[in-house]
Amino acid sequence: MSDSVAVSIQRSVSVTIDGIEVAAPEGSSILQTCRSQGIDIPTLCYMETLTPVNTCRLCMVEVQGSRTLVPSCSRKIEPGMVVITNSDRVSESRKMVLELLASSVDMSIVSDELAGWMELYQVDKERFGPMAAPSSLGERETMRAGHHHKSDGSKAATVFEPVKIDNDQYVRDYSRCVLCYRCVEACGTDAQNTFAIALGGRGFEAHITTEFDVPLPESACVYCGNCVAVCPTSALMFKIEHDMRQDQSWDESRQTITRTVCPYCGVGCNLEIHTQDNKIVKVTSPLDHDVTEGMLCVKGRFGFEFING
Amino acid sequence: MVDPRKTTSAQWANVWLGLDVGTDIALANTIAREIIHSGLANTDFITRATSSFEEYAKSVEPFTLEEGERLTSVPAGLIRELAHSYAKADRAQLCWTLGITEHHNGTDNVFALINLALLTGHVGKYGSGIVPLRGQNNVQGGGDMGALPNKLPGFQDIETDQRARLRFETRWGASIPAKRGWHLSQMFEAMERGELRTLYVIGENPAQSEANVGHAIKLLEGLEHLVVQDIFLTKTAELATVVLPASANWVEAEGTVTSSERRVQRVRRALNPPGNARDDIEIVCEIARRLGHDWGNPTAEQVWDELRSLSPIHAGMSYKRLEELGGIQWPCTDENDPGSLFLHGRLWADPVVGPLAPFTPVDFLPALDTLSEEFPIRLTTGRRLDSFNTGVQSGGFASPLRRPETLNLSPQDMAKYGLSDGEIISISSRRGSIEAPVLTDVTLHPGLAFMTFHFPDEVNTNILTIDAWDPKSGTAEFKATAVRVEKLGSQTELGRSSSKVEALS
Repeated sequence: MSDSVAVSIQRSVSVTIDGIEVAAPEGSSILQTCRSQGIDIPTLCYMETLTPVNTCRLCMVEVQGSRTLVPSCSRKIEPGMVVITNSDRVSESRKMVLELLASSVDMSIVSDELAGWMELYQVDKERFGPMAAPSSLGERETMRAGHHHKSDGSKAATVFEPVKIDNDQYVRDYSRCVLCYRCVEACGTDAQNTFAIALGGRGFEAHITTEFDVPLPESACVYCGNCVAVCPTSALMFKIEHDMRQDQSWDESRQTITRTVCPYCGVGCNLEIHTQDNKIVKVTSPLDHDVTEGMLCVKGRFGFEFING
Repeated sequence: MVDPRKTTSAQWANVWLGLDVGTDIALANTIAREIIHSGLANTDFITRATSSFEEYAKSVEPFTLEEGERLTSVPAGLIRELAHSYAKADRAQLCWTLGITEHHNGTDNVFALINLALLTGHVGKYGSGIVPLRGQNNVQGGGDMGALPNKLPGFQDIETDQRARLRFETRWGASIPAKRGWHLSQMFEAMERGELRTLYVIGENPAQSEANVGHAIKLLEGLEHLVVQDIFLTKTAELATVVLPASANWVEAEGTVTSSERRVQRVRRALNPPGNARDDIEIVCEIARRLGHDWGNPTAEQVWDELRSLSPIHAGMSYKRLEELGGIQWPCTDENDPGSLFLHGRLWADPVVGPLAPFTPVDFLPALDTLSEEFPIRLTTGRRLDSFNTGVQSGGFASPLRRPETLNLSPQDMAKYGLSDGEIISISSRRGSIEAPVLTDVTLHPGLAFMTFHFPDEVNTNILTIDAWDPKSGTAEFKATAVRVEKLGSQTELGRSSSKVEALS
C-alpha cells in the first residue's frame, strides 16, 4: 500500500564546470552541482544539514563574469554559468584561507578530508611567524573592540586559551575554533531553537559564547550536544573524549561504530554508538537519516551511562 | 498548544490554551460545536465517509463557547480562534501524549479528538491526521507485537478473528484460548482477589511506576511467585523470587523497535552484555525448554521472519529492506511495498473502501479525585527534559540540568500558603503523604501543582497518584490528583550546583 505525495517538479539547469557542460536541478548550489559530478571542493563551515553562512571562504570558486571569487556553498547555479574550480587563483585563495586559520587556531584535530586539503595546498601554519602564547582563561571575553594591541610582528596572534570545562558532558576548547558558526546554527533555527550561544566580540576578539559569557550551566543550554556534533575542528568535544585524549587512551583505530535506535522516547532517532573496549565512548547520529538528520536531545546524546555501569 | 502548564513548547506556540486538568472533552466538544455552528464542518467528507454525525452534533450542542469557558477556564475567544483555524487549515494534525490518555476517561478523550478530525476531514491525507506521540522507543512496537490483552501480533483480534487465530495455531502447533486476557490494571485487581498469584515482569518497574504505588507494592509482595527479567536490580526485582538478568535490547542485542510514526527500525548489538546477562530471546527460549518445549536457538531475524509470516502489516519488512530503507512504516504487505506514510487514506476513496468512520459522542466527566476543602490543589505529573520515567536509565548520567525533585506551585499559591523556594513541605492526597521541597513555577496557574516521578527513591510521587483507571484502556489517572500542602519548617538547598569555569591544569 502506497499513498501518493505531491512532488514539486524541478527544472534542470545547464552550467559549465571546469570546461564540462553539466545539468543539475534548479536551485542547486555550485557546490552540490560539483559534488554530484565528482568534483570535490574543500569546505569548513558548510554542512549538508545546515543553512550555508559563507563564513570560512574555503569553498571559493571562479565564476566567469564575476570580479571576485564566489562561495560555492551558497551560490545557486544559473543557466549558462561558467564555473572554474581548479585555477591557480582558486588554489592560492584556499591556501591563504587555510594558512590564516592554521596560524592562529589549533587545527590539529580535523577531518581526514580537510587534513588532505591542507596537505595538498602545502599549508604552512608558521608562515606568519611563530605562534603567540595563549591568553589566560576569560581574557579574550574581556577584550573590547579597538583594544587590540598591535603586534610587533615577531609572533603571529592566536586565539589560544585554556579549555573551558564547566559541566560533565562537553568541553569548549576555543583554541580550536575557526568561527564557522555551525554550532550557533545548530543551537538556533537550524535545529535546536535554544539560542544558548552566539558570536560575541569583534574583529580578532570575536568568539562564540553564551549570553554575558556565563558558564554553560548558567546559560540557556539544554545539553543536546548538537553543537558538538556539527563542530568541524573539535573545538567542542564530548567530555569523555576530551578526558580520554588527555590520558592518551582515545584510540579511534580500536573503536567500532554501530547504528541503533535511541532507548528513550518514541521519535525513533538513530544513534551511532562509538565503542572502545566494550564501553560507549561517544554517541552521534547519522546525517543521512531523515528522522532527525544527525540531531539528538540530551537523553539520546548523553543518557547512555547506565550501560557503561 | 493545549496544556494546563505553559510548557516550553507552549511558550513557542502561536496560541496557548491553558485548560484545567481533565477538561479535554469539554474543550473538544466546544470546538466541535463552534465549527458546526460556523458552517465550517466538512459536510462532503462527513456525508461520504462517516456515520453517526447527527447523534454527535446533538451531543455537543450544550457546549457553547460560554459553557466551554466555564468548564475549561480557557477564554471563549481563544476556543473560537482554535476552532476556526483548525477547521480552515489546509492540513492539520492533532498530536497528543499522556496528558490525554492518563485519565479515567482517556479513551473518551481520544474519541473526542478523533471526532474533530472527522468533522473537518483532517484525516487520511498527507500532513493531516491524529497522532499519539509515543513516550518510549518501542511502546508502539509492543502493541503491534500483540502485547495487548485482546490482540495477536498485527492487531489481529484474539476473540473475533478466527482465521487469524487458526494461522497462529497452525504455525505454533498449539491452541490459543479465544478469550482476551487481563490488562495491567486488571492484573493488579486480580492480585487483590487472589486470582493472580504468579507474575512474570519483563523490563517494567511497577513497584515505582504504578499509581497509588504503596498499594501496588503490597500486592506484588503478596504474590506466591514473582519473576523479574530486567537489565537492573530494580525495586520490583528486589521483591522477586527469581531475577533473570537481561541484556539492554537497544545496544546489547539485535532486533527491531517501532517509533511513533509506525516506523520499524533495526536495533543492533554494539556491546557485549555484562556478566551473566542474556538476550531476551535466549531467556524466553530457555524457559520454554525447561517447560518441555524445544524452540531451538532462534536469531532475532528468525523470530522476526516468523512474525512477518503471521502479521500481514509487517509481511514486506525483511531485515534487508529495513536496512536499505532506513526503516519502514506499517502497513507493508509485501516486499515491493514501500510502506505507508499515513493511515486511513481509504476514507477519501469514492466510494469509501470498507466501513464508514463512526463519530463517537462522548460525555464530559471531570477528574475522579475531586478537589475539596481538604484537598484543594490539582497535582499533575509529567517528565523533565533530561530524565525518564522512574530514572532507571536516565539516573545514570551526570546531567547538568538535573536538580532535586520538587513540588512546583504557581507564584500565587506560594504566596497564599506562605512558602519559600526550597522549603520542605508535606504533600498529601487521599492515598498517602510524602515530603518534598517546594519551588515557584511561573508556568503554572493558581491551584495547579506539578511533579515528576523520576526520583522515586527520594520523592515517591506515586504514593499520591490515584489508581482509578479508564475502563476502556486500563490506563490509570496519573494526571489528576487532589492534594494539599502543609508547612514543616525545614529548608533545603535547591538549584543547579553553582558552576565555575575551571582552567585545565
